Amino acid sequence: MIDLEASYQLSPNVSLRPERFGALAYSFDTRKLSFLKHPDLLRVVESLDSYNSVRQVFEAVGVEKDKWPSFLIALATLETSEMIRAA
Amino acid sequence: MQLEQQRDKVPAQPPAATRPLVEEFKFGLDAPICLTWELTYACNLSCVHCLSSSGRRDPRELTTEECFAVIDELERLQVFYVNIGGGEPMLRADFFEILEYAAAHKVGVKFSTNGTFIDAAAAERLAAMDYLDIQISIDGADAQVNDLVRGEGSFAAARAAMDHLAAAEFGPFKISLVVTRHNVSQLDEFKALADAYGAQLRVTRLRPSGRGVDSWAALHPTQAQQRELYYWLMDRPTVLTGDSFFHLSALGDALPGLNLCGAGRVVCLIDPVGDVYACPFVIHEEFLAGNIRNEGGFTRVWRESDLFLSLREPESEGACTSCGSYDACQGGCMASKFFVGLELTDPDPECVLGNAEPYLAALATSGAAAPSSSADHSRPGVPVPSPVTLRPTRRQRA
Repeated sequence: MIDLEASYQLSPNVSLRPERFGALAYSFDTRKLSFLKHPDLLRVVESLDSYNSVRQVFEAVGVEKDKWPSFLIALATLETSEMIRAA
Repeated sequence: MQLEQQRDKVPAQPPAATRPLVEEFKFGLDAPICLTWELTYACNLSCVHCLSSSGRRDPRELTTEECFAVIDELERLQVFYVNIGGGEPMLRADFFEILEYAAAHKVGVKFSTNGTFIDAAAAERLAAMDYLDIQISIDGADAQVNDLVRGEGSFAAARAAMDHLAAAEFGPFKISLVVTRHNVSQLDEFKALADAYGAQLRVTRLRPSGRGVDSWAALHPTQAQQRELYYWLMDRPTVLTGDSFFHLSALGDALPGLNLCGAGRVVCLIDPVGDVYACPFVIHEEFLAGNIRNEGGFTRVWRESDLFLSLREPESEGACTSCGSYDACQGGCMASKFFVGLELTDPDPECVLGNAEPYLAALATSGAAAPSSSADHSRPGVPVPSPVTLRPTRRQRA
């Protein structure tokens, strides 16, 4: 579960490759490949390090409020697969 | 599609893209997600089903410097990992140098080997490296079944390599097999073997590619065995498949993975002399996109070759597009169709609904010769093991 008020970061050794649909994410540690299926999700993930909470990231990136739940689910999936982690 | 570790892939995430990801991938990406890179055609074995007809080293093989340049280019393109194979890649004198260069440039490597050259010292060295996966190939859960396809002594060599990797605490390596008529009944034994080593099992599809052109008819699983395999895989989602069995998805729910032919769209092959083919199973001039030694290198071949651009076009209409299972199986494997002599719009020769039967029957009566590999590096005078002589296993006799 992602805490909207908590701070997260990209895990070490995770690389992002922007694509028109979003991005590929690859962890050199777990050797897992993941797909970020929306360009805004890439912007969110790239911005995690720069803000103190997920809420701030969503606001900065301009994610519409009704889409927050789906973005939180997406971030939770990325956390489960160790692509991102609590800062 | 040889997009390895599909089973490790994180499943679809919301928010969904405007188009399903599979549709995005059909139109191709600016760089492959991953690719196969055969480092050498040299091999100490002569497996009957070798997809690259390996044996002899090709004198035009890429030099060490050229291999480094390939890695530099993959790093620039953000291709996160390559599947290195051959031939037997460890036969290259600069094999470790190439691995070390790749690791230093953040290009992850998974390499396939028959294990012959993984002794205690090599295992120690491999265990100390970063970003490295190793896949040991066997095609039988015992020497009797394995060696008839891969040659005498090959099972013992592979097991010795596994023992060395375990002793060196390499971590979870992979054990990879190609499913044949003779080993499909051993799937549980393969799984037990992998579990005993803490290894991951990887199961892939036999194609009539390379020397497999001659052995495929005798080796490929029967329809009943394909069904058995499908349910076995559905029950074991942790078993890796390299997404190679998407034709089985016509049997019911889709197997984990993209279920898409990625050839020239999201994957490809670089062969030992720098030729770029659409996938590892189509080493034939019809699927040759270009050579990395030419101006523009790999990037230009990937982005501009006529072949790859045509593979990214919407599929032509064919027998499959009107079939209710088309969304599940996508018409199957291009390489399998091509090397048995079918048109690419025909059904997969192993279509689980039997839709290829009339086409195969027509081929048989026409007597037309199926295409064979146009880059045969088999060693002259070296007999390949003959699976036709496979005798019943002890267990089957009992």
